[in-house]
Formats: sequence, C-alpha cells, structure tokens
Amino acid sequence: MRPEGSRNDALVSVRGLKTYYPIRGSFAQRLIGREAGYVKAVDDVSFDLHKGEVLGLVGESGSGKTTLGRTLLGLVRATEGSVVFEGRDITRLRERELRLHRRRMQIVFQDPHASLNPAMTIEQAVGHPLQIHGLVKDREGVRARVASALEHVGLAPAEQFMDKYPSDLSGGQKQRAVIARAIILNPVLLVADEPVSMLDMSVRAKILELMLELKRDFDLTYLYVTHDLATAKFFCDRLAIMYLGRIVELGPSAAIYEDPKHPYTQALLRAIPEPDPRRTVPRNLPRGEVPDAAQPPLGCSFHPRCPKAFEVCGWETRDLRDLLERRWSELGEERFESEREAFGDLTVLDSPATRVSIPGGAGRARRMVDTLNDARARDPDEPFWSGLRRMGAADDRLELEWHDPVEPRLLPAGEVEVECHLYDEESLREAARRREEGAELAAG
Amino acid sequence: MSGEPVLSVRDLRVYYSSPRGPVRAVDRVSLDIGAGEVLGLVGESGCGKSTLGRGILGLLPEGAVSDGQVLYGGRNLIGLPQRDVRRLRGPGLGLIFQEPMTRLNPLQRIEDHFKETLDQHEPRLGEHEMRKRSLETLGRMGIPPTRFRQYPHEFSGGMRQRIMIALALVLRPKLLIADEPTTALDVIVEAQILGILADLKRNFGTALLLITHNLGIVAEACDRVAVMYAGQIVEEGPARDVFADAAHPYTRELLRSIISLETSELHSIPGAPPNLIEPPSACRFHPRCPEVMRICPVKDPIEVKPAAGRRVLCWLHGPEAKIAEGDTIKLGRGAIAVADEA
Repeated sequence: MRPEGSRNDALVSVRGLKTYYPIRGSFAQRLIGREAGYVKAVDDVSFDLHKGEVLGLVGESGSGKTTLGRTLLGLVRATEGSVVFEGRDITRLRERELRLHRRRMQIVFQDPHASLNPAMTIEQAVGHPLQIHGLVKDREGVRARVASALEHVGLAPAEQFMDKYPSDLSGGQKQRAVIARAIILNPVLLVADEPVSMLDMSVRAKILELMLELKRDFDLTYLYVTHDLATAKFFCDRLAIMYLGRIVELGPSAAIYEDPKHPYTQALLRAIPEPDPRRTVPRNLPRGEVPDAAQPPLGCSFHPRCPKAFEVCGWETRDLRDLLERRWSELGEERFESEREAFGDLTVLDSPATRVSIPGGAGRARRMVDTLNDARARDPDEPFWSGLRRMGAADDRLELEWHDPVEPRLLPAGEVEVECHLYDEESLREAARRREEGAELAAG
Repeated sequence: MSGEPVLSVRDLRVYYSSPRGPVRAVDRVSLDIGAGEVLGLVGESGCGKSTLGRGILGLLPEGAVSDGQVLYGGRNLIGLPQRDVRRLRGPGLGLIFQEPMTRLNPLQRIEDHFKETLDQHEPRLGEHEMRKRSLETLGRMGIPPTRFRQYPHEFSGGMRQRIMIALALVLRPKLLIADEPTTALDVIVEAQILGILADLKRNFGTALLLITHNLGIVAEACDRVAVMYAGQIVEEGPARDVFADAAHPYTRELLRSIISLETSELHSIPGAPPNLIEPPSACRFHPRCPEVMRICPVKDPIEVKPAAGRRVLCWLHGPEAKIAEGDTIKLGRGAIAVADEA
C-alpha cells in the first residue's frame, strides 16, 4: 500500500481536516456565552484527490460527506487541518482570495429545481458566474459563452433554451443547465453532491454519461458525493466511505466492490435493491440509523449497529438502553410495564459511560438481573454481550461494567485502508486478552 | 392473484385542468388488488402514478375530475359523497406519503396521534385497548414503547416513516397505498422499511399498492407489478415473470436503465416522458420505442393477455386479427434531439 501523499499529482491534499459546528444551547447558556458542545461533522479526515480522477465520497445522511465537500471548496470554514489546492491551503485564505480560487472549483447540488433561480432565464442563470467574477463585461460575450456551455451539456441548439425559465425545463434538463453553469468558468475541480439522486432512474444514466464526457473534454477532477454505491460503481475510480464524520474505508473502487472490508461498507452494499425478484434473499441489515453526531457512540461509531462488533469496540450505557428498548418492542406491553418498573428511570443510561450503577431496592436489582439474563438467553450471539465485562447486584443496585473502548485507526488492509478493529492486530490481541480474563473471572 | 380482489379499479380517468388545456393524468386505468397482495405501480415522474393512487382514495385536489369505477366492499367510491369516502379511509384504505415529517403534527405526542386516529375511526375501543393496540403496532415497526410519549422531532426520518406506517396499520386497513414511501430515506433505512412493507401480508393481512419509480424496489417487495406510461397501464403481471421476460418495450427499457451493482453498461431511454395535455397519437410510447411499427402511431393498441395473469398494451403482441398487412413494418425510431432528452 502506497502511503497517501507520496504521489505528487494530488490536486487537493486534505490533512487532519475537522469541521465542527457549535450546538446552540439554551437561551441561558447563550447569555453567559457558553457553548453547548459541537457536532463533529468532519472529524479528522485525510486523503488526496488526484488530478483527473473521480473520488466517491459515500455515506448516509449525517455522515458528514456534504460538509466535507463544502469545506473543500471553502464554503464552510474548517475548524482544524488543511486543504491544499494548487499549492495553497484554502482553509487559511481570506474571502477575497478564496473567490479567485472558486473559479477553479465548482459545485453541482442535488436538487436541480432548487439550484436555479425561478426568476432568471437560463441565459442569466448560466452566465451569472461570469458576471460575479467580472470575467466578461459585454452582453454579447456572455451570450456566446453561455451558448457554448449549453451546447456542451447537450442543451442544443442553445438559442432554444437561453430565454426559457427553469419551470419550462424537465428535471434532467435543469440538471444539465446547472452543470453548464458549473463548467462555464473552466474549473479544474467539480464537487458533485448527489447530482442524480433526485432524478428518475431513466434519466440518471444520461446525466452520469454527460459528466464523464465533460471530464474527458475539460480535463476535470470530480469529487462525487453520494449515498448510492450503485451509481458510484460506474463513476468512481476510488471511494472514501464515511460514517459519522470519519472515513472508515478508503481505496480503489474495484477493490472495495470486490471485497468490502468494513462492516459498514458491507451493509451499504447489501442494502442496494437487487432488480431481480428471483435472487432477492432476506438480507441482514444493520439495525437502527446513523446516531446523533452531537453525541457519537464511544469507541467505533458504528459499533451499536455492527453485526461483528466485539470486546474493544466501545460498548456503553446507551447500548444497554437500545437493547432494552428492542426487547420491549418485541415482548408486548405487560412484560414492558413490569420490567420498565424494575429499571426505574432510564435516563441514567443516556449519558455515555462504561460503568453504571442503577438503584433498585426491594428486589428490583434481582429483577433487573433476571431481565438481562433472559435477554442473553434469547439471543446469546448479540454482540452487546461480548462488551459486557461485569454484571452484578450489590446492595440492591444493579452494577454493570463494560470493556474500555479502543479508538479504531485507519490502517492499510490489502489494497485499501480501513478503520475497523477487525483488521487491527493489536485490537484483536487486546480482545483475546479480555476474553481470557473474562473466562478466568467466570471460573474463579 | 387469487380469490376476490380487495379493490377493483375499472376505466378510471382523472383529468386536471391547466392553462394549456386538460391534463389526462390517468386515462382508462383498470386494475385489481388481491387480499394481502403487494402490487407495485411503477413509472417515470409525470406518468400519473401518484394521481392514480390519490384518485383511488378520492384525495384529488380542486379542479380534478374523475370518472369510472373504484370498487371497494361492493361500492363504487367514485361519486360517493365525500363524507362516506372519508369514513372508509383509515379502517378500509390507508395511505402513506413520501415525506413523513409533514404528515405528523409537531405539537402532538406520538400517543396523541394514535389516540386521535383510533378515536375517530374506532371510538368504541376503550382507553386500555387503544394503548395496547398502538404499542403492539409500533412494536412490530420497531418503535419501542418507551418512546410513546415523545414528539415527532425526537425521532429520526426512518423512525417517523415507521410511525406513519404504524398509524395507518393500527386501523387494520384492508389496503394500504404507499406513494414513494422510501424516497426520502437513506439506503439502509430504505431497505429496512421495504422489509417491513414486504411482510405486511404475514403480519397484518394488509394488501399494498406500492407506488415507485424504482424497479429495484418492486423486485424486492412486490408480488405483481403494473407499469404505467403516460396515464395508462401498459403492462401488468407477476413480478417474477415481468422481470424475467418483459412484454412491453417500455418495461424492457425501464429495466435496462436501472443502475445496480450488476449493471455492466449504462443505458437510458431516449427522449422524455410526453406531456399529458397532448400525448402522442395511438400508442403513447411510439416516439421513444425501439421497436416502433407502422401501426403504432396510427391505431390505439388493444390489451392482450400473452400469458396467464399477464396483460400488455402493445401491437407487438397482437391481436393478429386487428393487424393488417404492412402494419408490422418497422419504422425505426425518429431522431430525438439530445435536448429533448432527460
């Protein structure tokens, strides 16, 4: 595996990039100037974007992929780290200097209907960047440049479209106009944020083909931001899979589709509908959804949903709450009422911790233990149990302790890099040590 | 489909008025949905599939006119007074929309949503029974009872859609109409919701009309599929058979344009869906059809049944008796400007 950065054809080099959004707290907190915390939308990300390649930034909503794309363009300010574009760190540029760079990097947004001003004609909209950057002064010059851009994106003859309004165009035509506006300044880098996901299936291929053509004709480099691994397969040379602000897998597309390493990448691939009714089999999908980025899970962010998580992945109080809630949605109202009563106030499980002591009294601690034992007996293979280090009832309290979390690292694995303990020798050794220790504890 | 259908649509037409003339969004559509069956209704944007779903439920906007028959429980819902149709909605016919957030009241707890729904349609249910039924339905959708008293904003997009489905199912409807229920969701959550919808029959005995533009979703969740083009059903049949051997050229083109992990070559359908004010003559797909024949722009196609349980609206399949000599000569698709595509 060649280390990132050793190639000198990087158009963009991203190193240790963090983009945090402050959370607006209560009125009182704001009054005394205290922040309520941060959402780590992009949390320490490094990669290179090579000249002429298409890099896919893939993840679900809340993964930080859109924020990362925008930070790269300087549309969102980075909190830390660097984005070196054509030799300059754009995170340190002032707005005026940034504007010069923006000619070289453009963005296409997801929703073509929202990207065009309904009161502007196509000529005005597509020619707008020329005016903003003061590149072409006379109307005739603008018109000629717009016409050429429109013809390049297949809106030909251009005269037919110049005086139209967005409402006269179909979804696919609008997206073509948006792309025309993006290329009119002759950029070198195009960030395409879900450019086809609002379009009909029957139109998607056309827009993707157009973008590949433009890439060849104009020598473009693309950052393709998407949640859809099926279109990415066609479009991308390399992929960066994101989850909750981190890149969890990075490498050549072919290698990732051939042999996805991270359990999250595997899940994303399994979730794509298979257009063949004869071959659909029940798929194991991860439970739940992307958690709140304001309070990410301990350890590996994916561990609460991961079917392969084990001792070191970061088990904690909130995982117990999830386990109980899953159990109660299945067991019916009566079991729920009585077990819920035994556990009392569940909010003690809401702040992340690897130890918790739940007050019981009058036999409630025993009932809590019974509940957990029953849950374990019903589903002994549930990964949660591997993370539980100790469980006991003492002084009518339920005492629980989980194994300490270990932060996963992005490490080379074959042709790719992956951030998962399953591919980290040290983590595997540590987990084995903890398992042995647990067995001794149980025996002694 | 076996046994009596839950719902039969016969010659349904829905027209809208527009400044440029009437829009024929649904034009003489007939279909049956069997008990517990999942029927996928698929087509490109603007083909009339959403209007058809709404037309069935009598939920059309002002200015829309419908005509024909929607037979449910021995009655024709078209022309029935609004009050009577409303009474059938809920316990008989449920609807799930694309964007769940806009359908939940942000000021009401989940509990109150269920109370209101049950109060309205099943007022005789006692307080305890209401709660029990609500929690049970939510539980099957994977929403824990601990969250019954929370507000909509405290849930993720996928959970809100589960709540919407539970709200429809708590009335045990015979038929649920779901209009692009997963379009606003992420891939993994979409797959989770599709799993739930595909299991409705087993868990609730509810039939489902699933409206979508994504044939991959149809393959995942549906027993049968109806393909809609320019206001008409052009092909219908068991999902397996249609996917294995599509009869209508439009269905074949749609299938080829799916981008999945198995796709080895990008394909798109030339041209764009027609406007429904002045649709193309005779077969409405003829300007985009790779197999267009001399008869196609001239004579309205007649529905034929190429195999058991299947129907198709295309001259390639006959009926022979109506086709004259020379009618089947291939025309070759006219040049379609790139600009008219997409």
